[in-house]
Amino acid sequence: MPYLLLFSVFVIATCGLIYELISGALASYLLGDSITQFSTVIGVYLFSMGIGSFLSKYVRGNLVFVFIQVELLVGLVGGCSAAILFTAFEHVRYFRVLLYLLVTITGTLVGLEIPLLMRILKDRFEFKDLVSQVFTFDYVGALLASLLFPLVLVPHLGMVRTGFFFGILNAGVALWVLVLLGREVVWARLLRSSAILILILLVFGFVYSDKIMSFAETASYQDQVIYSKSSRYQRIVITRAPGDLRLFLNGNLQFSSRDEYRYHEALVHVGLAALPSPRKVLVLGGGDGLAVREILKYPSVESVTLVDLDSSMTDLFRNHDSLTSLNGNSLKDPKVRVLNEDAFVWLRDQKDTYDFIAVDFPDPSNYSIGKLYSNSFYRVLKEALAPQGILVIQSTSPYVAKKSFWCVENTLKSTGLKTVPYHAWVPSFGEWGFVIGMRGDFRPPERFPAGLRFVNADTVKNLLYFPDDMIARIPDVNKLNNQVLVRYFEHEWSEYIH
Amino acid sequence: MSGPNTSIEPEGEPAPHPRRSFLKSAALWTLGAALPGALTLRYFTNRRPKPVPGRILGASAKTGHLLREGRFPAPSKVETTDTVIIGGGISGLSAGWWLERNHQTSYRILELEEEAGGNSRSGRNQISAYPWGAHYLPIPGPEARYVRTLLEEVGVIRGYSSKGLPVYDEFHLCADPGERLFLQGSWQEGLVPQTGAGSRDREEYREFFSLMDRFRKERGSDGKRHFAIPLELGSADAKYRALDRITMKAFLEERNWHSNYLHWYVNYCCRDDYGATYDRVSAWAGIHYFAARAGIAENAEPQHLLTWPEGNGWLVSQLRKKVEPRIRTRALVHSVRNEGGKVLADHFNPDTGETTRIQAKHAIFAAPRFVANRIVPELASRGTPASVGYSPWMVANVSLSSLPGGRGAPLSWDNVSYSSPALGYVVATHQNLNLHPKKTVITYYHPLSHTDPVSARKEAHQRTHTEWCEMIIADLSKTHSGIAEVIENIDVWVWGHAMAIPEPGFITGSDRKAMAKPVGKIHFAHSDMSGIPIFEEAQYRGVMAAKSVLRELGIAQREDS
Repeated sequence: MPYLLLFSVFVIATCGLIYELISGALASYLLGDSITQFSTVIGVYLFSMGIGSFLSKYVRGNLVFVFIQVELLVGLVGGCSAAILFTAFEHVRYFRVLLYLLVTITGTLVGLEIPLLMRILKDRFEFKDLVSQVFTFDYVGALLASLLFPLVLVPHLGMVRTGFFFGILNAGVALWVLVLLGREVVWARLLRSSAILILILLVFGFVYSDKIMSFAETASYQDQVIYSKSSRYQRIVITRAPGDLRLFLNGNLQFSSRDEYRYHEALVHVGLAALPSPRKVLVLGGGDGLAVREILKYPSVESVTLVDLDSSMTDLFRNHDSLTSLNGNSLKDPKVRVLNEDAFVWLRDQKDTYDFIAVDFPDPSNYSIGKLYSNSFYRVLKEALAPQGILVIQSTSPYVAKKSFWCVENTLKSTGLKTVPYHAWVPSFGEWGFVIGMRGDFRPPERFPAGLRFVNADTVKNLLYFPDDMIARIPDVNKLNNQVLVRYFEHEWSEYIH
Repeated sequence: MSGPNTSIEPEGEPAPHPRRSFLKSAALWTLGAALPGALTLRYFTNRRPKPVPGRILGASAKTGHLLREGRFPAPSKVETTDTVIIGGGISGLSAGWWLERNHQTSYRILELEEEAGGNSRSGRNQISAYPWGAHYLPIPGPEARYVRTLLEEVGVIRGYSSKGLPVYDEFHLCADPGERLFLQGSWQEGLVPQTGAGSRDREEYREFFSLMDRFRKERGSDGKRHFAIPLELGSADAKYRALDRITMKAFLEERNWHSNYLHWYVNYCCRDDYGATYDRVSAWAGIHYFAARAGIAENAEPQHLLTWPEGNGWLVSQLRKKVEPRIRTRALVHSVRNEGGKVLADHFNPDTGETTRIQAKHAIFAAPRFVANRIVPELASRGTPASVGYSPWMVANVSLSSLPGGRGAPLSWDNVSYSSPALGYVVATHQNLNLHPKKTVITYYHPLSHTDPVSARKEAHQRTHTEWCEMIIADLSKTHSGIAEVIENIDVWVWGHAMAIPEPGFITGSDRKAMAKPVGKIHFAHSDMSGIPIFEEAQYRGVMAAKSVLRELGIAQREDS
C-alpha cells in the first residue's frame, strides 16, 4: 500500500507540472511575449508552491482528510483553469489578475500536497528512503509531463481538454486514496460524494471542451491576439506584432497600423480637401476613429457625426490605450458625436445635411451589408448631402474585384450624382478603391492639411488615374431587389483567393 | 425565379450559440457543486423538450358555426344606409375603397372577426409584424389597373417613367435573395430544383418554361391575353378552354414530361397558390399561375414581387385607413335578402347577443360563397350552385432568437424544403434595413392537402397547440437541426376555408358564371368567383361590385388611370 501512495506522488507531480505548463502556454498564446509569460507564470507558480509548503506545517489533525480535500481542489481548479482562462480572455483588463490568481491557487495547493503526503507516509518508511522515493517519483512525473505536454497532449487533446484530463486524474487520486485509507478518514462519505461530483463535472468539461474551444479561435491569427470579443454584431480581434497592430472583424483585416494612414488619408483628404470650408461631416462605419482622426485635421470642421452600429467597437477605440494613441483620441474630441445606430435606418430618419460624408462600411460580402451599397441607400445618402457637398465611399479593390468596384460606381451614378473613382495602394490590403459622389464637378485639391504622409497634390493625380487592368464596364445597378454587387463580389474574391 | 446554382457564404446552422451553451454548462457545474449529484445526473438523463409558448388563433369558426344552428334573436334595431357590404376581406375593403373614391360615404362593412382583412390579416409581436395569410403581391401586369390605382394612392408606385412604365418605391420590392430550396442536404438559390438535376430535367424545364412564356404572350382573336389577371379581362377565345377539363398533372403527362423535379415544382406551385395538389387542380388554373403574371415596371423585373413584414396585411392597413369608420366588426351576418325593393342584412353581435338589421338600397356580398349559400335564402331556393371546394390551411408564426442559416444559399425571403409536406417559411424581417437583425419571426405555411378538405379540416380543428408545435418543429428540424433551441414562441392559425380550389371544370363551367349574377339588389364580390384566390381577383371583384352599385345609384364614376 505505501507504494501505491508513492505512485500517487507520481500522478500528482505530473498533474502539477501540467497545470503550470498550461498556464504558461495559455498566457503566451493569448498575451504574446512568451518569455515574459512563461517566466512570470513559472516564478509565481513555484513561489506559490513555497507558500503551500510553508502552510503545510499548520495542518494538524486528520492529515488524510486534508490531503484528499487538497487533491480534489487541485483537480477542480487546475482542471478547469485552461477553460476558465480561454473564456475569460475577452475581459482583457482583468485577464492577468485572473491568470495569476489561478496560478497562485493551483501552486499553493500543489505545494501542500507533497509535504502532507510525506507526513502521511513518515511512519511507513525510513526518512532517507521516504525523501528519496517521494522526490524520485516527483521528478520522474515532471519529466513525463514536460514530454507529454508538447508532443502528445497539446496536439491531440488541446489545452482545454488536457486541463480537464489531468483534473480527472487528480480527482481520481483523491478517490483512490479515499478507498485505500477510508478507515482513517472522518466524514468519508462526504468526501466520497464530493469526489464523485467533481469527477462528473470534470468529465463533463472534458466531453464538451470542443464547445469551449470553438469560440477561442485565436489559433487562426498569424500574430499574437491581444484582444478578442464577440460583440452583438461581430467578432472583434486585435493582434499585435512588433510595430504592427491589426484589427480584424469576423476574421477580415480592417487595418494594419503600419499602413492604415494610406487608406485613411486617401479616404478622407481627396474629397474633403476639395471643399473650401467644410463644417459638418458625417462618417458611416469607421468605428475605429481613424477616418475621424484625419477629418479633425481641418480647422473649419465644426462637428463630426460618426454612426457605427457596434458600441463595442467605438468603446474599444475610445478607451484602449494603444488604440487611442493610434486614432489620436479622435472619438473623445468634443467635436465628435458617436452614435451606435443602424446606418440605413438612421440616415433615412434624419433630416440634416452634411458637407462631407465618408462611407466606410465593410465590403459587400453578404446580402445584409449589400443593402448599404444599393441605389436606395445612395438616394438616401444623396438627400443628406449638402448642395455643394462631397461624399466618398470605400468600394473594395478595383484590382481584385473590378466588376464590384465599377458596380458601386455605377450604382452611385444612377442616383444622379457625378462620380469620381480613385484608388490607392495600401500594402496590407492591396490596391484599394474609392468613389466620390457630388452634384458639381470635381476639381482635384491643391492644398492639404500639414503632416500628411501619403496624399498630396501629386499623389492625387496618380490616384485618379486607372490603368486598363482596373477598368470594367458594368451596366448593373445594385438594388435592394437585385443585389448584383454581392454576387460580383463573392465571385471575384473567391476566384482571387483560390 | 430560377437562379444560377451558386452558393454564397454558408452560414452556420442555428446551433445553440457556443458561448451560451458553454455558459450553460458552466452554470451547471456551479449548480452541480451546490445540489446533490443525483439531481444533476437526472437533468442530463431526463431532458424533455420544454413546451413551446404560444397559442392557437384562427378565424372564429365557433361563431361562424352558429350559422348552422340558425337560431338568432329578431332584430332589435334597424339602421339604414345606401350600401351594406358583407365581409371585410380584400373584396369588401376594396368595394368600400371604390365607393369612397367616388365620394360615397353611406355604406357599412360588416365583418365577422375582430379585425377586417380576411385572408390577408396580420399580427405583430416585439420582434416584427408578420402575415397570417397572403404575404405578397406580384408586380401588377397590364390588365391589373385597379391594383395600380391603389398602389399609386398609397405611394408604392412613385410615378411613371418616360416610357410610361410604373416606377416602384424599391423599399416595397422583395429584397434579394428571394427564394431558396433545401435539396440534397444544402440550400440552393431559387425554387426550381437544380442540385442533381440531369439533362432530361433541364430539357423539360426549358420546354415547360418556354411554353409558359408562349402562353404569357399569346393573345386571342379579341387581342386580349388568354391568361390575364384579373382573369375576367383575359381573352374570350375558347382556344385553351379544354385545359380546364384536365388536371395539371395530366397536362404534364400529356406533354410527356416526366421529370420528378419538374413535377415536384409544378405540384409545389399548385399547393402554394391553391392549397391543393396538382392532381386536383385544373390545368388551366395551374398554367394561369405561370402565364398570367407579366409585371410591368421601370425598375423591376416582370417576376418581381412586392412584400412587407406583415405581408398583404400592409395593403389591408392601407385600405382600412380609407374605410375605417364604416367597418363594424364582430358582426355575424345571418340573413341577407331582398324585400320591398330594399336589402335587409341581419347581423348578430355575439358579445351583446343582439341582432341588428341594416336596411340598404344595395348589398355587396363580399364573403365566401359557402357562406352566401347559407345566409342568402334566394340563393338556396335557386338551387345551390357548384359546391366550391375550400382547402384548409395551417399557418404558424414562429419567433426565433437567431436567424436560421444552413449550408449553401443564404437565408432568403422564401425558404422551401423539397421533402417537406409544408410549403416552407417566409422571413418577416427580410425587408428590414437593419444590418443585423438578431431575432426574427418566420411564417410557416402548410396547406392541408394530404387528404380531402372535409376530413383535413376536421383533423386540423382537433389538433392541440402542442401537437402542431411538434409537427412544425419536426419539419423545420430537418433543414435546421437545433432550431428547437432558438424557438421562443409559436402561434398557430388554422384556416378552415382558406381558399377555393379551382378544380377541373370550375373556371370555364356555368356554375362560376352563375355565381357572378346578382340576386335582386345583392351583388357578389369574392375571389372564389374567379376561382383564383389572389389579391388582384378579390380586389377586382370588389371594385366591380362597387361599380354596379354606383351605376344603379346613378352616380357618374371616376375612371382614372
